[in-house]
Amino acid sequence: MPITDTIIKAQYSIVQCRHNMSLETDVTETLDVKGASCPMPVVKSKQAVDDLAAGDLLEVVATDSGSMSDIDGWASGTDGVSLVEQEERDEGGETVYVHYVQVEE
Amino acid sequence: MSTDADESAGDDGFTPDDEAAEIAELRARIDELEEELADVTVETDDDQKSMVIVATKGTLDMAYPPLILASTAAAFGWDVTVFHTFWGLDILHEERSKDLKLSSVGNPNMPVPNAIASIPGMDRVTTKMMRKKIADNETASIDELLDTCFAMDVEMQACQMTIELMDYDEDDFYDDVTVGVGAATALEAMAEADIQLLV
Repeated sequence: MPITDTIIKAQYSIVQCRHNMSLETDVTETLDVKGASCPMPVVKSKQAVDDLAAGDLLEVVATDSGSMSDIDGWASGTDGVSLVEQEERDEGGETVYVHYVQVEE
Repeated sequence: MSTDADESAGDDGFTPDDEAAEIAELRARIDELEEELADVTVETDDDQKSMVIVATKGTLDMAYPPLILASTAAAFGWDVTVFHTFWGLDILHEERSKDLKLSSVGNPNMPVPNAIASIPGMDRVTTKMMRKKIADNETASIDELLDTCFAMDVEMQACQMTIELMDYDEDDFYDDVTVGVGAATALEAMAEADIQLLV
């Protein structure tokens, strides 16, 4: 039943879209590390997180493709932070990697 | 002859008094062990990781791995110590750290053959090429990584024996560098650390 599939997909996209929108509106601070390569996205994220309070959400915008694995590894190996979501976006032909890091309560 | 004590004595001939004494002894032993266990649990509860890196090389390429690993480990919240010895001291040397060079010989992956690479001045050429690549790739500079390590409280140590061997002065190093340390200090930290690396 292709029509049902389409509806389900459309509903799913709306849910996804809302989810991302709510994440973006929840962002406490955005850290721009575009251009920087290993280890700076992780190091700067840590420094940014240190200035935030429990419950805050840090958005990290990077162009280093290695940051997908590195931020994930850092967040899971570090007390007090958790990775909420990661996404790849196209910004005017440039691929950016966006990470949402939550400061735990 | 029969007494109360004899009647209640078990098959093993223990009297209630003996049993009571034994139970009291066992209870005391359990308490003792529980206390010991609590101490052990407190020790293992401390999941603070630590890493010690021994940095022995002072070429531009070999200065990177200890600094990158140290700053990243600090980002994980680990306790990090980098013990610099021999040419590794140059990384902490205020003047020399700004002018670390790449060796053009001895590395078969270099774009120039060793016969040409050994011509005087070639190290300067290859170092310039490497610095350009680092800048183009927006890889952090040695300066930037050093600043980061200091800002993140990485313990940067300079081996006293090699400071003297290389004719350096303690004042030649960055302010936050710990001097007056030797192999025993490094080993003591390494014995306690979760990760130990020699670069």
